Amino acid sequence: MVPEAEFTSYYDKPIVKAPPWGHEIPAYLFLGGIAGGSGLLAAGAQLTGRTLLRRNARLSAMAAVGLGGVALVADLGKPSRFYNMLRTFKVTSPMSVGSWILTAFAGGLTVTVGAEVDRLAGARLPLGPLRPVLRALEGPAGIEAAVFAAPLAGYTAVLLADTAVPTWNATHRDLPFVFVSSASLASAGLAMVTTPVSEAGPARVLAVLGVVGDVVAMKAMERRMDPVAAEPLHHGSAGTMLRWSERLAVAGAVGVLAGGRRRPVAVVAGLALMGASALTRFGVFEAGIHSTKDPRYVIEPQRRRLAARRAAGETGDSITTAG
Amino acid sequence: MEQPPRKGFFTDTSICIGCKACEVACKEWNHNPRDGDLELTGMSYDNTVSLGASTWRHVAFVEQGRDAIAAARTSGRALVSLGMPSVGAPASAVPAPDVAPPDTPEFRWLMASDVCKHCTHAGCLDVCPTGALFRTEFGTVVIQPDVCNGCGTCVAGCPFGVVERRSDGTAAPTYREGHRKGEQPPVPKRGVAQKCTLCYDRLLDDETPACAKTCPTTSIKFGDHTSMVASARERVAELHAQGMTEARLYGANELDGVGGTGSVFLLLDEPEVYGLPPDPRVCTADLPTMYKRAGVAMAGMVAAAAVAFWKGR
Ligand code: SF4
Ligand code: SF4
Repeated sequence: MVPEAEFTSYYDKPIVKAPPWGHEIPAYLFLGGIAGGSGLLAAGAQLTGRTLLRRNARLSAMAAVGLGGVALVADLGKPSRFYNMLRTFKVTSPMSVGSWILTAFAGGLTVTVGAEVDRLAGARLPLGPLRPVLRALEGPAGIEAAVFAAPLAGYTAVLLADTAVPTWNATHRDLPFVFVSSASLASAGLAMVTTPVSEAGPARVLAVLGVVGDVVAMKAMERRMDPVAAEPLHHGSAGTMLRWSERLAVAGAVGVLAGGRRRPVAVVAGLALMGASALTRFGVFEAGIHSTKDPRYVIEPQRRRLAARRAAGETGDSITTAG
Repeated sequence: MEQPPRKGFFTDTSICIGCKACEVACKEWNHNPRDGDLELTGMSYDNTVSLGASTWRHVAFVEQGRDAIAAARTSGRALVSLGMPSVGAPASAVPAPDVAPPDTPEFRWLMASDVCKHCTHAGCLDVCPTGALFRTEFGTVVIQPDVCNGCGTCVAGCPFGVVERRSDGTAAPTYREGHRKGEQPPVPKRGVAQKCTLCYDRLLDDETPACAKTCPTTSIKFGDHTSMVASARERVAELHAQGMTEARLYGANELDGVGGTGSVFLLLDEPEVYGLPPDPRVCTADLPTMYKRAGVAMAGMVAAAAVAFWKGR
């Protein structure tokens, strides 16, 4: 257990502020993951000639990107200025990097979805001479989107970790692994829901790999964190969500392995996996917000690391000095 | 044009009398709307509670008895004996500790005017995606309210809980807007992040920031950052020489987790007693690690997808 730390706080008031983010943000984390994973599935299907999986994954990615984009804009204090995100590019700002990733991903994806919709409409979209251009661009655009797919699924972990929010910051080594795994299993789950089992083989494999990655990365992450900073992941509603997330993920994987070739089972397992991913995102989000409310989550880990550095003889880097 | 020297504050809490003139002057000069609903908190004389979008100076009040005073003196002495970077009179030249004015041994009242630290490595500025936050020619950190889109990333990026996105600025029941009695004046700059600008507009006119100008005890000093740090070191040595080993500096070390702060403080107890983080670290210090780990994770995801298509029948 953690040794009892003695400290005084300022009337138990928070030290850091919670970002003013509503549930649109965890919803976006979930949708961005679905979009990224679906982008990869679409590219794989494109390269291996699985037309149904390709179409469904592209359409899923587009829906997720669209809804996710709306969620992001809705959460801004000045939604009318959302385009200021693209006014500059800053490597030090994961929010900036992510906005560009999202834009690049959506660019390629839109072309592929245009082609799919045109095919669905029996080539009746009024494209005129542009149709051959669209068809020619479709393949390269799918690959372009795929290049930005994994970054789209993973950057959100850096976005949360690169903050002063104690619990998020303490996850900074391992959260990317949790998030790409969660994105993989969720997008694979969605593909299993939308696509007949004959073409959904890759989704089944990706789902199982995603679940293994998710469970392992989550455990490794919790072990490596400062024990006090990790507490919010286990307590309260965040703890409940994360426990159910793991259960659903494992159940989904078992379903895939046991009966993934039967459509009804595949659909139920796919839904369970999507639920697991949503719970992971909302749980991690909640835990971080909670960790800003109690100054203990700031003070205890910081005092511990300061004491550890002093014990190791590093005394020159403290913000508090005798002179 | 020549770059002016970095400007900063030195807030000497040992001579703060808790008059809150700084809070008032700041609000007036910057047209900051009222925060909250004028409730009494029961936190000593502090009804302001914290820094925020519309509160850029906050005076903290802490009441302490004999044990807390002794503990503060001990923790301060421990700092001295750590041999931390120190300039001025060495603390070993200290006479007997009990002559220390101005508190009684049984009770003391800590008062401290907090403000944005204008960090050397500012988390808020680093993570801002729009470039609304920028470093001025005075080395301070300022938000351009007409560029900010209110994404709130800076709020999460500040290790001191300073910057905040401005909402209505008020709570019920006085939410009605207008200029009549019982109404709130209209709240400007809603939905964008707001914090201390170190009176950027005044600095441009060679004026002292409103809080420092108004402070009747010179607890808030303003000037070139290097001279602020120098006077902070002189002052802490002076207090040590008077036996007040509880005195210590906060933010004067450029090797700390935020590269030192533009606003330096002299405190009389541990930072967390005043609501300050004990070991802040700018979040972007670990960003290279985060990007590396994320890169590996992304590669893993692509590999998993490749395996899936290779194996998946
Ligand atoms: S104290 Fe916070 S708001 Fe002020 S410069 Fe530092 S990081 Fe930015
Ligand atoms: S809220 Fe405004 S100042 Fe803060 S990070 Fe977003 S755009 Fe930048």
